[in-house]
Order: sequence, then structure tokens, then C-alpha cells
Amino acid sequence: MAEPVLELSHLNKAFGALKATDDVSLTLVPGEIHALIGPNGAGKTTLMAQISGKYAPDSGSIRFRGQDITRLSVAQRARLGLGRSFQISSLIPEYSARRNVMLALQARQSHPYRFLMPVRHDRSLTGPATEILTRVGLEGRASVPSAELSHGERRLLEIAVALALNPVCFLLDEPMAGMGTEGVGTLVTFLKALKEQAPILLVEHDMDAVFRLADRITVLVYGRIIASGSVDDIRNDPEVRRAYLGDEVDT
Amino acid sequence: MREMRREHMLNVLLAVALFAVPLWAYFASEPFVITLATRVAILAMAGVGLNLALGLGGMVSFGHAVFFGLGGYCAGVLAHHAFSGTPVLMGLPGTNQMLVIWLVAMLTSGLLALVIGALSLRTSGIFFIMITLAFAQMFFYFALSWPAYGGEDGLPIFVRNQFPGLNTMRPWELFVVAYGLLMLVLALFAVIRASRFGAALMAIRQNPDRAAAVGISPFGVKLVAFVISGMITGMAGAMMADLTRFVSPAMMAWQMSGELIVIIILGGTGRLFGPVAGAAILVGFEVIFGGMTEHWKFWLGLVLLAVVLFARGGFVGLLAGRDRHG
Repeated sequence: MAEPVLELSHLNKAFGALKATDDVSLTLVPGEIHALIGPNGAGKTTLMAQISGKYAPDSGSIRFRGQDITRLSVAQRARLGLGRSFQISSLIPEYSARRNVMLALQARQSHPYRFLMPVRHDRSLTGPATEILTRVGLEGRASVPSAELSHGERRLLEIAVALALNPVCFLLDEPMAGMGTEGVGTLVTFLKALKEQAPILLVEHDMDAVFRLADRITVLVYGRIIASGSVDDIRNDPEVRRAYLGDEVDT
Repeated sequence: MREMRREHMLNVLLAVALFAVPLWAYFASEPFVITLATRVAILAMAGVGLNLALGLGGMVSFGHAVFFGLGGYCAGVLAHHAFSGTPVLMGLPGTNQMLVIWLVAMLTSGLLALVIGALSLRTSGIFFIMITLAFAQMFFYFALSWPAYGGEDGLPIFVRNQFPGLNTMRPWELFVVAYGLLMLVLALFAVIRASRFGAALMAIRQNPDRAAAVGISPFGVKLVAFVISGMITGMAGAMMADLTRFVSPAMMAWQMSGELIVIIILGGTGRLFGPVAGAAILVGFEVIFGGMTEHWKFWLGLVLLAVVLFARGGFVGLLAGRDRHG
């Protein structure tokens, strides 16, 4: 297997007596979608927060392209190429869809301490922004403030912002949450193509989508990894079926 | 787009009115009106400083009077030493040149803002409000108890500091200086607001987590904005000292910080000409209702309440519509 882009080793994180992350190790290699699943309260969000830099783990390390990033801030990790989307759409509400994407582009291009050139008509930002919005199908809504977009459109804008960072890997936290079947279908096709650009660590509740997309699946229960492997391995793992999937796989 | 144009028109109208009224007063020999307009211009300038931190960056500083007062003391202390011919410190002489005084006021205020900002921007919300207030009160009591420059009696400026080519003792000429400086500061605000820095700052106000996730560190951007903000308010303080020819600890009191926030809210938070409208409303209220009743601040409070409840965009928002960032 190729050299991993992202490598977690023996991460631990506790909130008081609650072990939210219990000795978690996993890797993300180029070209793959690695899905992270688990029942509610399994610690997926806490784990994602440690990868993105919002929480510091109690112990263990996170390596990104061979570099230890365990102690870096959210912004520093983003600048290194860790592109994330949020579980609950987290955009700049007053900014239009285009300006949300432009913000990500400007952050990638330069430090923010540029005081003179106006940003609104900066071709090096507006051009690529329109291109990316077209790619996710939001070009017709480019001038609408993100607060006024529909739920599905905001999910797409989350992806567009992650794309704008041109990241080395994507962390997508439930990108399909609250989307209709049609939207999920489009997004599945889109993500399949996207993994060729950069590997994706995907947290997702929609099992159907996970089984269609994932190259590898890791199952988290009470903060621990109980199984990790291919889609078929996970489907047939008795412990996984008992702990999490229940009857869902049989139907 | 139409709303943008309406705001432009309103801004031009405000800028023209602020110049036309004292111009009329000049020809009608009403120096008091000119002085009022100068006061509006200077308070607006201090407001533009706060607007950068509060309006664009969402940093509700309840201690901006400390920069206003520090700027005032720069003018007062330097003029005091220039007058008496004694050195300020380490052999450095005083000065009565406004340009030098502004530079010193901006540098000291900026330095203080760097220290206060570095310590208080790790917090947010109510804690930030309280910490900035605490810092300002510290300096207020220090100024109050330091006898070298008048202590609680304050420090008079016997002769106004000078501006090359003008006689600042004449109300109209002092107004022109204040007005010109205000326009310069407004231009600076507009440029910053439209820049990449402005885009980052406004994004951080709305959603710091998102800004960090795209790689913009909220702390650094806010700190730089806070420093620029403090510098502008400090320079306005130096101007105010020259207008009233008097500096006292009251310039640093929390009431002054509150007044600056009121100016921003009345005028329109984050709007370019918000502080101009706000300062004009405040001074207008003081003159009109202050003449009728000593409880004019009660009525101002009612207006403020109405603005907060029914017209969140303040005066500019009421007339020019919602702020939009296409």
C-alpha cells in the first residue's frame, strides 16, 4: 500500500470518566475513501475534531504527509492541506456563495494581511470561484448569501469550500446529512470522482451511501475501533452486525 | 445593487452636510456651531476606530476610551512640555506640532492596543467586554492619581497645537483639520473593509470556526484590527484635547467607552458612515434636549432602545437598507 497521507496512532481523549477516543489508530492512503461509521455517541465527531485540530488528544499522535501535526492549530493544519467540511453547515452567513469560496481561495493564496487591493473584483479569486461553483452545480446561486441557500445547497457549498482549498486530503463530516435521495445520488457520483484528486476520510450515517462509496470502513463503538476492513469484511463481521448494523444489512 | 447606491448617496449627503453646516456658521459668524461640528467630526473619527474592531471584527470593546484618553494625554503632555520648555523624558523635548503629536498618539495607542489585545482577545463575548473595561479603568485610575499631569484636575492646553499653514485657534480652521482627518480615516476604513484583510476580519466575526478551517487564524487578524482600531481612536483623542484645550481622566472613563459604542449602534454597526451619523445624532441630542432638560440622556436611552429593538442597522441601515457583501 502507498505511503499514508494521514496517520493516527494510538489517539486517546477522555472527557472526565468518559473515554471518547480509546486507542484509535487508522490511516488514509492516496486514492481511497475511508469511511468512519458508528452509532450515535461512538466518538466520531470527537475524533474528527482531533484530526482537524479543534481538540488536542490526551495522548497519541497525528501525522500528515509524514509530519507530526498533533500540536498544530486548526488554521495551520488547513494551510498544510487538510480540507474539512462540517457536519452542520458552517459557512459565512452574510457572504454570498461566491464570497464563501473566494475566502477559501484567498486563504490558500496568501496570508490575510493585505490591506490595499479590493477583493470583490479580484480576478484571481472570482474566476476560480465561479469554476468551483459550476463544478458542484451552484453557479446559478453564486450571488445568494449563504444564509438564504436551501439546506441541500449549503451542503454543496460546504464541499465547494473544501474544494477551493485544493487540499491534500478531505475530511468530510456527514456531507449527506439531511439530503434527499436525489441529492445523495449526485453527491455519491461526485465523491467517487473526487477521491482521485485527494483521498477522503468520510463520516457518514447513510449506510447505503457508505457501502457504495467506501474502499475501507472503520467501525467505532464507544470510542474504540471494533472492526476495520473492506466493505465485505464489515458487512460480514458478526461483532459489527451485533453492535451497530442490526437488521439493516439483511434487508 | 440598488441598496449599495443608496448607501453611497447617503454617505455623500452626510459628508456634504457635515461640511456645509459649519461653512454656513462661518459666514453667519456662529463659532459655537463650528465647534459643535468639529466635535462631531472628532467623535466620529474615534467611532471609526471602534467600528473597525466592533463593526467589522465583532470585538465589543468596552474600553476604547483608554485609547481616546491616551491620545488626549499625548497632546496635553507634549504641549505642556513644549510650553514650559522642559523635556518629556530622557531629554526628549515636547512639541506643539499636531502632525508630530498625532504620530506619537497613534504609536502609543497602537502599542497599548497590542498589549491589551494580546491579553484579552483570547477571550470573547462578555469576558472580552469585561477585560477591556478593566484595562481602561486601570488607566483611568492611574491618570486620576498621577499628580505630575494634573491628576483628577486634568491638564489644560493653553495654546492649541499647530498645524502647518493654519491658525488652529480659529474655529473654522481647526474644523477643516478635523474634517480632513476624518475623511482620511474614513477612506482608510473603506479600503481595509474591501481588502483581503477586511474579508477575513468580517468572516471571523460571523464564523471564526469556518475562518480557521480555511486556514485563517482568527487571533492574529483580530489583533491587527484591534491595534489599527486603537491607533485611530487614539489620534481622535489627540484632536479632542486640542478642541477642548483640556485633558482629564474623564476622557478615559467607562462612560466615554459607552458613548463610543452608542455612537456606533445609533449610526449603524460596521457601516462606513455609521459613526458620522451616530456622532451627529449624539451631539445633536445633547444640544437640543440638553438645553431643555438635564435628563436628556434618558431620552437618548429611549432612542437607543428603539434602535436596538426595531432598527438594528442604525441610522444608515434605516435609510440605506441592509448591509450586503455580494
